[in-house]
Amino acid sequence: MLELKNVSKTVGAEVHIHPCDLVLQRGTLNVLLGPTLSGKTSLMRLMAGLDKPSGGSIHFDGKDVTGLRVQERNVAMVYQQFINYPALSVYENIASPMRIAGKDAATIDREVRKAADLLKLTPYLERTPLNLSGGQQQRTALARAIVKNASLVLLDEPLANLDYKLREELREELPRLFAASGAIFVYATTEPSEALLLGGNTATLSQGRITQFGPTIEVYRRPVDLNTARTFADPPLNIIELTKRGGQFLRQDVEAFAVPAHLAHMADGPATIAFHPHHLALAPAAPGAQRVPVRTLISEITGSESFIHVDFAGVRWVMLEHGIHDIEPDRAIDIYLDTRHLMAFGPDGAAIAAAPAAAA
Amino acid sequence: MEKTWNNKAWFLVLPVLVLVAFSAAIPLMTVVNYSVQDTFGNNQFFWAGTDWFTEILHSPRFWDALLRNLIFSLVILAIEIPLGILIALNMPKKGLGVPVCLVLMALPLLIPWNVVGTIWQVFGRVDIGLLGHTLEALGIDYNYVQSPTAAWITVIVMDVWHWTSLVVLLCYAGLVSIPDAYYQAAKIDGASRWSVFRYIQLPKMNRVLLIAVLLRFMDSFMIYTEPFVVTGGGPGNSTTFLSIDLVKMAVGQFDLGPAAAMSIVYFLIILLLSWVFYTVMTSGDAQA
Amino acid sequence: MARIDLDHIRHAYGPRPTSAKDYALKEVHHEWNDGGAYALLGPSGCGKTTLLNIISGLVQPSEGRILFDGVDVTHLPTEKRNIAQVFQFPVIYDTMTVYDNLAFPLRNRHVPAAEIDRRVRDILEMIDLSHWADRKARGLTADQKQKISLGRGLVRNDVSAILFDEPLTVIDPHMKWVLRSQLKKLHRQFGFTMVYVTHDQTEALTFADKVVVMYDGEIVQIGTPAELFERPSHTFVGYFIGSPGMNVLPARVDGSQVTIGDQVLGLDHAPDIGSAAKVELGIRPEFVRLGREGMPVEIAKVEDIGRQKIVRARFAGQPLAIVVPEDGEIPTDARVRFDPAAISIYADSWRVGKEA
Repeated sequence: MLELKNVSKTVGAEVHIHPCDLVLQRGTLNVLLGPTLSGKTSLMRLMAGLDKPSGGSIHFDGKDVTGLRVQERNVAMVYQQFINYPALSVYENIASPMRIAGKDAATIDREVRKAADLLKLTPYLERTPLNLSGGQQQRTALARAIVKNASLVLLDEPLANLDYKLREELREELPRLFAASGAIFVYATTEPSEALLLGGNTATLSQGRITQFGPTIEVYRRPVDLNTARTFADPPLNIIELTKRGGQFLRQDVEAFAVPAHLAHMADGPATIAFHPHHLALAPAAPGAQRVPVRTLISEITGSESFIHVDFAGVRWVMLEHGIHDIEPDRAIDIYLDTRHLMAFGPDGAAIAAAPAAAA
Repeated sequence: MEKTWNNKAWFLVLPVLVLVAFSAAIPLMTVVNYSVQDTFGNNQFFWAGTDWFTEILHSPRFWDALLRNLIFSLVILAIEIPLGILIALNMPKKGLGVPVCLVLMALPLLIPWNVVGTIWQVFGRVDIGLLGHTLEALGIDYNYVQSPTAAWITVIVMDVWHWTSLVVLLCYAGLVSIPDAYYQAAKIDGASRWSVFRYIQLPKMNRVLLIAVLLRFMDSFMIYTEPFVVTGGGPGNSTTFLSIDLVKMAVGQFDLGPAAAMSIVYFLIILLLSWVFYTVMTSGDAQA
Repeated sequence: MARIDLDHIRHAYGPRPTSAKDYALKEVHHEWNDGGAYALLGPSGCGKTTLLNIISGLVQPSEGRILFDGVDVTHLPTEKRNIAQVFQFPVIYDTMTVYDNLAFPLRNRHVPAAEIDRRVRDILEMIDLSHWADRKARGLTADQKQKISLGRGLVRNDVSAILFDEPLTVIDPHMKWVLRSQLKKLHRQFGFTMVYVTHDQTEALTFADKVVVMYDGEIVQIGTPAELFERPSHTFVGYFIGSPGMNVLPARVDGSQVTIGDQVLGLDHAPDIGSAAKVELGIRPEFVRLGREGMPVEIAKVEDIGRQKIVRARFAGQPLAIVVPEDGEIPTDARVRFDPAAISIYADSWRVGKEA
């Protein structure tokens, strides 16, 4: 179990990490999700012991490891860049942490072959990393992290430099690898979809703060504040400022739409309403869908789905619709909002009442 | 980025600290010690205060030598830096030409100072030297033993021949680190050859040029061996630089006090000028 | 803007290519429309960057010709081809201001100052860097720098084509959305001929009118996003486009009957598979219906990815991916049906049409 207690990091006058608490259990996969410079790498460096926290303490299995150097901790790290020993074969690359640990030759051989098999590297064991594709190089780095048998494995955007399709395949393999060892895995990414595909737990980061931590799908469905909701949305979240008055959400005193049941208890007054693009549709598919008149901007088609950018009362929204819909720009159309999934946030950005579990 | 505190690090740098202490710090202290005392031999010393400094700073001999040094360094920089950049720009970026050029460029750097001096001394002699004799035959009046101008030209040409390669190699290293995409983008943007140099190559060479200028300045300001071997500081005092004067004073005349005071002044001047160069050349970074 | 003709182009990096294997780019013979937005999509090493470099003039093709509006430019250097290009990593002029960076290509071409100012201000507005106009470009973040690179590619309006080489690699996901739709809008507005190289299907499909899918040095399909999705002409297209990709199951075809393992499906036509050694059935996960009726299936794992669920199952001994909507239910004793209109039959990896 890794515990961060009130850990912070400042460099000069700059705050890299605001005081934060985080508890990661053994055998879990934990995603750090946030945009570039949100503090993901800083937090990982603190966890690894590469940097010393400016305040707070770090505990591993109850033991205070705050001042302990990285060499004295049992940590493995994989980076965005493919880092391998260029002069060594893939076999020796994978074997290197065990050689340093002084394992016997038979154990090394067994472990290397097991890891190579797991990561589909067996045919390339005799090659040097520079003669491999990017995906194979990164798999070599991953294999090295696995055989190290570390209790904490840190992966800093490990798939960012790989081809899209390869990413998809490795993403599927990774949770399987994680499940096999009892280590704590921490995985940093900028992509919400990657977090969702990996599952596990997610901590959302924004400007050096951990805004929320919990099971990935929970954080996605029930973000605690607008910032978290925004961080955890791809395609981007649709947001609109409204005023609640009785059973209606008003915009400039014109009814935008009716307040759905799960938000009925909300106090009257200004609120920020947000929802995901796939909760807008061209046809009233869901019961209780609310008709919304919009003006179309542009359509993007991905084959299975279309992203239709629309303008509602001066606010730009994206609608994600199944199938192919190449709608002419600058046309007035009616679309339908599935209000059961609306999220509401108060003026301070905190979630007022998220969608109840029954509707999700 | 702040690193974990590690006491072992001190043990690792200890040998260097000891070496620096014995090779730089302690001799420097000795020099400071000499500069404020007088001696008539027999290891007897008398307190002299700042007298030696006053004497040095009021001696025309010192100021003449200093001026010669400054002129020499500025001429050297004005020739070697642009020439070095020019050669580096025209060196091949790939293929068999690269190692060939690099070896050719490194050759002068491998030759010891005094050998360079000797080579040029012989090369330039009017009676037996190839260069001197050829120039003589062409009717050009060239004799570094008699003409101060010829002596200066010889020393400058020697230094340029010896040290331009260093500038070339540094600039070349800077140039090859520029990704191809920059050149492609510049072509697409319709940039002229000059624009490519001005906006891509020069900014990317900024760092190495700083090193090149500092190294060449400090080195040329301390020039000793070449003029000593070739001209011995002459004809007259025309190529007597500070370093030569210093040695004459300390070893030739055994004036340890004034020599020590002069070395300190000399040292401070180099420090000051290097700082000026550094500040001027890095001021662009601070704005960004 | 120009029409681009690729006339029997082949390229090999080594000298004297003898067999097809020696070519990094196998024969490409296509005509690309004036004002079209094309995306070259494929995994690394598929030849897409080679093809882009042939168009930009950084690489001379070993064989064939390239024409802009009917004019042979095969032997013209890059700077004479009148194109703009945006690279994968930001290329900026460090010592210039943001404004001067954008004005640079125009000043080099002696565009009048007033015109330069107008265009640069437009672009600054578009890439949202108006407030940074007078800042030195050196101190900016990677994605701001890349926005400058994009802006420099878009600032000229007289180019034959604008080429993009994976331009959004260093951009954060949220900014990608903004920039992508701005590019699309710009294309609508000005009708530039655009060629966009990427390995990211979302980028390719949302950006382009026509997507050129490349695999192993060959163009395997050129089509609209819808065509690629609904009728992938090669199993590679099926796999590469869509996430998860198309399910490709080994099959046997007898007339209009398809057999997969112990399951038999009827088709509305008899595909002509000829004497193909390998016959496969392709069905996208979006067109597999999970319910209480149909063929038996064994569910291994359900991945809830928010807006939909991906069900990993085994069907007739083969892995099968199924996409279920956010609110869709997964019955305990689940069965599957394939949408008959969405089934494709592949003979030796190439699609066999209905008409055949």
